[in-house]
Amino acid sequence: MDGQGQDFKWIGKRTVRPDGVDKVTGRANFGADFSLPGMLVGKVLRSTHPHARILSIDTEKAHALPGVKAVITAADLPDIPSEEAHFGEDPTDFRHVSHNVMARDKALYDGHVVAAVAATSESIADEALGLIEVNYEVLPHVLDVEEAMKPGAPLVLEDLITGGVTPTPKDPSNIAKRVQFDLGDTEAGFKKANMVVERRFTTKPVHQGYIEPHAVVASTSEDGHTLVWCSSQGHFMIRAACAKLLGLDVSQLRVMPAEIGGGFGGKITVYLEPLAVLLSRKTGRPVKMVMTREEVFRGTGPTSGTVMTVKIGATKKGQITAAEATLAYQAGAFPGSPVGLGCMTAFAPYDLENVKTVGFDVVVNRPKATAYRAPGAPLAAFAAESVLDELAKALDIEPLELREKNAAKEGTKAPYGPRFGPIGYVETLQAVRDHPHYSAPLGPNQGRGIASGFWMNFGGQSSAVVNVNEDGTVVVTLGHPDIGGSRASMALMAAEVLGIDIAKVRPIIGDTHTIGFSDITGGSKVTFASGMAVVEAAGDVVAQLRERTAMIWEVEAEGVVWEDGHALPASTNVGEFEPLSLAQIAAMAAKIGGPISGRASINAKGAGPGFGTHICDVEVDRETGRVVVLRYTAVQDAGRAIHPAYVEGQLQGGAAQGIGWALNEEYVYGDDGRLQNPGFLDYRMPVASDLPMIDTVIVEVPNPNHPFGVRGVGEVPIVPPLAAVANAVENAIGVRMADLPMSPPHILAALEDKA
Amino acid sequence: MNAMRYEAPGSIDEVVALLAAADGDSRILAGGTDLLVQMQSGFVKPGLIVDVKKIAEATTITAEDGGFRIGAAVCGAEIGEHADLKEAWPGVVEAAELIGSVQIQARASLGGNLCNASPAADSVPALIAAGAVCSIAGPKGRREVPVADIATGPGETSLGTGEVVVSIHLPAQSPRSGDAYLRFIPRTEMDIAVVGAAINLSLDENGQCSAARVVLGAVAPTALLVTEAADALIGGPVDDAALERLDAAARAACRPIDDKRGTADYRTKVSGVLARRAAGIALERARSNS
Amino acid sequence: MTKHHVSTTINGEPAEFLCEPQQTLLDVLRDELNLTGSKEGCSSGDCGACSVIMDGRVACACLALGVEAEGRSIETIEGMAEGETLHPLQRLFLEEAALQCGYCTPGFLVAAKALLDRKPDPTETEVRFWLAGNLCRCTGYDKIVRAVLSAAAEMRG
Repeated sequence: MDGQGQDFKWIGKRTVRPDGVDKVTGRANFGADFSLPGMLVGKVLRSTHPHARILSIDTEKAHALPGVKAVITAADLPDIPSEEAHFGEDPTDFRHVSHNVMARDKALYDGHVVAAVAATSESIADEALGLIEVNYEVLPHVLDVEEAMKPGAPLVLEDLITGGVTPTPKDPSNIAKRVQFDLGDTEAGFKKANMVVERRFTTKPVHQGYIEPHAVVASTSEDGHTLVWCSSQGHFMIRAACAKLLGLDVSQLRVMPAEIGGGFGGKITVYLEPLAVLLSRKTGRPVKMVMTREEVFRGTGPTSGTVMTVKIGATKKGQITAAEATLAYQAGAFPGSPVGLGCMTAFAPYDLENVKTVGFDVVVNRPKATAYRAPGAPLAAFAAESVLDELAKALDIEPLELREKNAAKEGTKAPYGPRFGPIGYVETLQAVRDHPHYSAPLGPNQGRGIASGFWMNFGGQSSAVVNVNEDGTVVVTLGHPDIGGSRASMALMAAEVLGIDIAKVRPIIGDTHTIGFSDITGGSKVTFASGMAVVEAAGDVVAQLRERTAMIWEVEAEGVVWEDGHALPASTNVGEFEPLSLAQIAAMAAKIGGPISGRASINAKGAGPGFGTHICDVEVDRETGRVVVLRYTAVQDAGRAIHPAYVEGQLQGGAAQGIGWALNEEYVYGDDGRLQNPGFLDYRMPVASDLPMIDTVIVEVPNPNHPFGVRGVGEVPIVPPLAAVANAVENAIGVRMADLPMSPPHILAALEDKA
Repeated sequence: MNAMRYEAPGSIDEVVALLAAADGDSRILAGGTDLLVQMQSGFVKPGLIVDVKKIAEATTITAEDGGFRIGAAVCGAEIGEHADLKEAWPGVVEAAELIGSVQIQARASLGGNLCNASPAADSVPALIAAGAVCSIAGPKGRREVPVADIATGPGETSLGTGEVVVSIHLPAQSPRSGDAYLRFIPRTEMDIAVVGAAINLSLDENGQCSAARVVLGAVAPTALLVTEAADALIGGPVDDAALERLDAAARAACRPIDDKRGTADYRTKVSGVLARRAAGIALERARSNS
Repeated sequence: MTKHHVSTTINGEPAEFLCEPQQTLLDVLRDELNLTGSKEGCSSGDCGACSVIMDGRVACACLALGVEAEGRSIETIEGMAEGETLHPLQRLFLEEAALQCGYCTPGFLVAAKALLDRKPDPTETEVRFWLAGNLCRCTGYDKIVRAVLSAAAEMRG
């Protein structure tokens, strides 16, 4: 079933989220809200050098300070071998994770942790950090991706050999990996083109910007078992990483999912958690560690800064004949930028015969890049969708029409390999064309831009348990942290399958010891994958309810059907029976077979690709270069909007983050390699007065692989805005902005260059 | 770790005595919106904090000599709510209200904005343009000092050891006069000024500019009183030609630096734009204030 | 280190606590009084997650000292509902899905309450500028602004 044409009782309803009251009363417990008796405060010492060999670390004075209970350095962590780790969309290496958590031999960026302490108070911990003596040999550093790729650049990792190149290079370099995706023959394709546009783009690293700093409490018992409370995008990931980095059995660690105050990909790895576990194991006391905002900026996130070149050719009539992209992404201090995903997504909205994308994953002396909402895709789309706009102008074709002419449809072979099933890209373009925003008049110095975006969406491992209580209420236990309201959509799907009132369904997030393994909340997977698990577990409950009813009625289970929350005889042949409600069966469960509990542990396949198209209006102050977003509309195919208000919220939030990325957000480094703006004052995320209302249109082209047709929706909305804003700016002032952010000084300089 | 002492005396005399007796770094706590940030980042570690918010003189706005005396610790929100003050000195009030968010406005004060001595302080250019004078208390008694003479460089003031700014006096606004303050920030709120421009101008009975003070913020180590820019306005109509001269004079006076908040080149260009725009607002106010 | 004994009023109830002079009001609320609804997002007054109402004005608890609470009245998110009855802002934030992760939510609610206490009929622009000191990274502010406007309309009756 794909959900099409179904009449739903709960799917699509805007119910109040089950965890809502706790979140509006201050009752909800986030990472930093836990405390335990006898708890110590843990703090880390960070390198202020962007690149330095650690010659020695003397912790004696810090140890000697009254109130200090433990001081640790990399020497206290096992030196683990390389091993692939699958946390998010891109694999990483546990050895690199370990070295990122605590510098070993070399500090690789301003903010890299070199030591940690646990003390009886925050002020003592701070004082102890000041007493740790680190003897550094400062090394030349490299921040820029192109500089880092040059022969002779300072080597960030001295043993890094470029992958994906044959023959394998003999000498180390900062290029961790080269990737390439090909379809057809681009050289031949460009020969067929009447018009070719090529342009180079640059972007700066930006941070995910979650408001909750990383926080963890670890408490170890005398039997060697450690309880960990923390906010993350995956408590099973936290458990796996802590176990691997510290050489513990997985079962020695029980991780409790705190409420999470935003992640956007930035909380799919560990930073403080292994250190808190280790400090707690060393001291035998609970240890709490909370980052300051400055630490969040210097030590976590961001996503890559890039240099990108995109070239697209088309016929006079607007048929794209070839497209090429070369993308170089900063990985930060360890390999693993999302450049591969950038290559895969750059041209994915289009049905193209000839495509070539080449990507370089480049290490530099910056914090290790972490996933950020559709990792890699907004950057590549910024370049590709800007060039498309320029191409449309050169061909004198409406940019929307150019996209319509080349739009990917069911059956289109994606540039990265697979053929698309049913997808809703064309429907988003039609919705844009039909929207009053698209044809609204514009004033002087105002402009309008559109851009599209794609994300493949992910599935993966997911577990759910549905327990029926004796009074007919139901508890749904889930394995993925609820980062933005997923409990609400899980409750809706459970209520739909069971046919009971939503008020009878209580969803909770289980901890690592109480629910089956579940991957991180990321990849836009939760409503899809966890939803599938919930539907399957609820279906398991329905099967049990039918069996119990069959026992009561003394008929075969096949003779009982489940409709609208009641067991009914499948036909009059079965016999004449009064319908039994879930609550009635639950009340009798103890006498007929015992507790009713459904479960599902699945590896969800078939996540439906997602497409979105955005319309952006801006006004540019030609004297100061300031850009104001006047109006914004986000259109997206959600497959099926389980809880439309939270789908709209994803579209609005993604658009806002993308607008910030486009206009003012950037990491600013000095020549000394130190981050100059590690705070919300100078890392300029959009505030309420910077933005207009963000209109949304949800298109529904159901994903046939999900029982209700769900596609992931969380990531697509951040893909189009960068180019949508740039295209609007170009439309307003006739200047193509190829470098992000489009901050006022850049706009003003571009205007002057034009004049 | 050295213990920090907190005192909240009820009079300026007590403040002066506490400061005189203190050894080590002492800080005045008015709104605390700069001081607490500096303390939390470890940038300052004061041994003594003297909270002046229990002192009436530092926390009230009173009419005086046709003008106003504003306690150094009066918060921005209270300044914004003072109807008479806002009518007389709308530019000063707007500048005070631009400091930070609504939450910051509940705390941030003119005294703090002045003594923090940031080149980008929003209220300082407007106060200087208005000709405001501080009342300072110290071990040698009271003295009056123009606001323009307080900051001597980023984070540096002319205040002597043990001195404290108690209040700021705004003179009576002249007839046919108006003031205005504009700042440029990349966002609409929450940023530090990349450039600030304050104008206070007067018209004669024929509508010609008879007096003007032009002050630029964030384009030099301290707020700049630009007499050349004022001269561009004085003696004629405030027309497009005068505004162009103002723009050029403002730009010529800038001595900015490149930093994370803006380049020197950008600051220079925008200083002229803002001066011109602020003059336009001040002109309208002067015209309606006859 | 000498601790100060502070007598204050929190959410309408008299309260006393001991604190070190450098502890912020936010530290005191969270660590000494277990009122963890006020959140720490930046400790520099830039995010508004720790918004509280002090003597009728909304302020950042991270930028006030705990000792400054002496003799003052402090309102926190924990005091916003009356018993089991949510404040209209709280209810409308839920009904209109004005939160995703929920971390910034207490600060937004406290700040919005301060606005509506002062100005029962704000425009969209006034709401946006009033709330500019509260950062939200999840929602794009749209549903927050709408919920505040809805609450204002409902409270005006």
